[in-house]
Amino acid sequence: MAAPPSKCRVCKEPAIIDLPRHNANFCAEHFLELCRRQVVKAIEKFDMLSKDDRILVAVSGGKDSLAVWDLLIDLGYRADGLYIGLGIGEYSDISGEYAKAFAAERGLHLITVDLRSEYGYDIPTAAKATKRVPCSACGTSKRHLFDKAALDGGYSVLVTGHNLDDEAAVLFGNTLRWDVEYLARQLPVLPARHGFPKKVKPLVRLTEREMAAWCVVRGIDYLVDECPMAVGNKHLAYKEALNRIEAGSPGSKASFYLNFLDNMAPLLSGLSAAATDDLGECSECGAPTTSDLCAFCRTAQKARAHDPVPVELVLSKGRRRR
Amino acid sequence: MKVLLRNPRREIEVDGKHSVNSLLASLDLPRESHLVIRNGTLVPGDAALAADDTVEIRPVISGGA
Repeated sequence: MAAPPSKCRVCKEPAIIDLPRHNANFCAEHFLELCRRQVVKAIEKFDMLSKDDRILVAVSGGKDSLAVWDLLIDLGYRADGLYIGLGIGEYSDISGEYAKAFAAERGLHLITVDLRSEYGYDIPTAAKATKRVPCSACGTSKRHLFDKAALDGGYSVLVTGHNLDDEAAVLFGNTLRWDVEYLARQLPVLPARHGFPKKVKPLVRLTEREMAAWCVVRGIDYLVDECPMAVGNKHLAYKEALNRIEAGSPGSKASFYLNFLDNMAPLLSGLSAAATDDLGECSECGAPTTSDLCAFCRTAQKARAHDPVPVELVLSKGRRRR
Repeated sequence: MKVLLRNPRREIEVDGKHSVNSLLASLDLPRESHLVIRNGTLVPGDAALAADDTVEIRPVISGGA
């Protein structure tokens, strides 16, 4: 005889998702409630946002950024979106369509920035020109443009969709290297400083499986396909390793990251301030930097001097086969 | 049953009776990094899948840091 279907821990109706880290199953309604509660808990504990804030959400067209935008609106915050066209071939074209459709269907304001037409380069070309891994050129470009858009637009807070898996994977990498400076900066809230907006990560208490489920239950269409340039990167390998641990010991990822914030981050807080106090201004764009040109302007300069590179040429043979 | 896989997008036919968990295990796909959607609705790990179900196994891991 088949086992009876699992039931929601709260209402005993049929469940739609099992969450081993909570040792519980949930129906759609109570799963959404759990997600809202986790976001509110993160916002309150780390003093991330107030209802008076003008919020800018960095949106990629993927599940996490659309979910955090949706959650903030659902919780009564005022939030606009920012989409950056990175020029990663068809992947960027499609991701932009998801971001624009999400905003249009909900009557939300989406700012768009196009790297190629506005700054004269794209990520595949930047990766080739700088001889660095694509995610490095991409991260440098996005961080700069997020900061600029938030400051230029008069937003009080920049929100990103980093989730528990993202933060646990970064923490894992930083710990493997005992990179104390990066560990000290790995916080869910970075306060505003000269040249930097306040930055917050309201999804740090939710996993990416939970965020994908949020999108499915809420009927949010998002780009499921992985960025072709991210395939095979270290961050993904760390996530896979942590998920193997999680499978045998549910709750490990949350303990690893959230206990770091409670127990270790306070001990490192002085180092974080020391690392960011001593900044000058970029001679080209005025952004904070430790050298004459900021990392963004250095990347842009090299990429603009290079012939445009199609994304296919930057992928390794191994990546193209997958 | 018809099973849609992603990254890259492809469809396979899976024979025999399966629960969500046993289907994932048979394809060597970790539970923590996938959602299973049956006929458009999310289903938990112990849900029984029928031969005429259309099932999507959706990966949830993304690589950007």
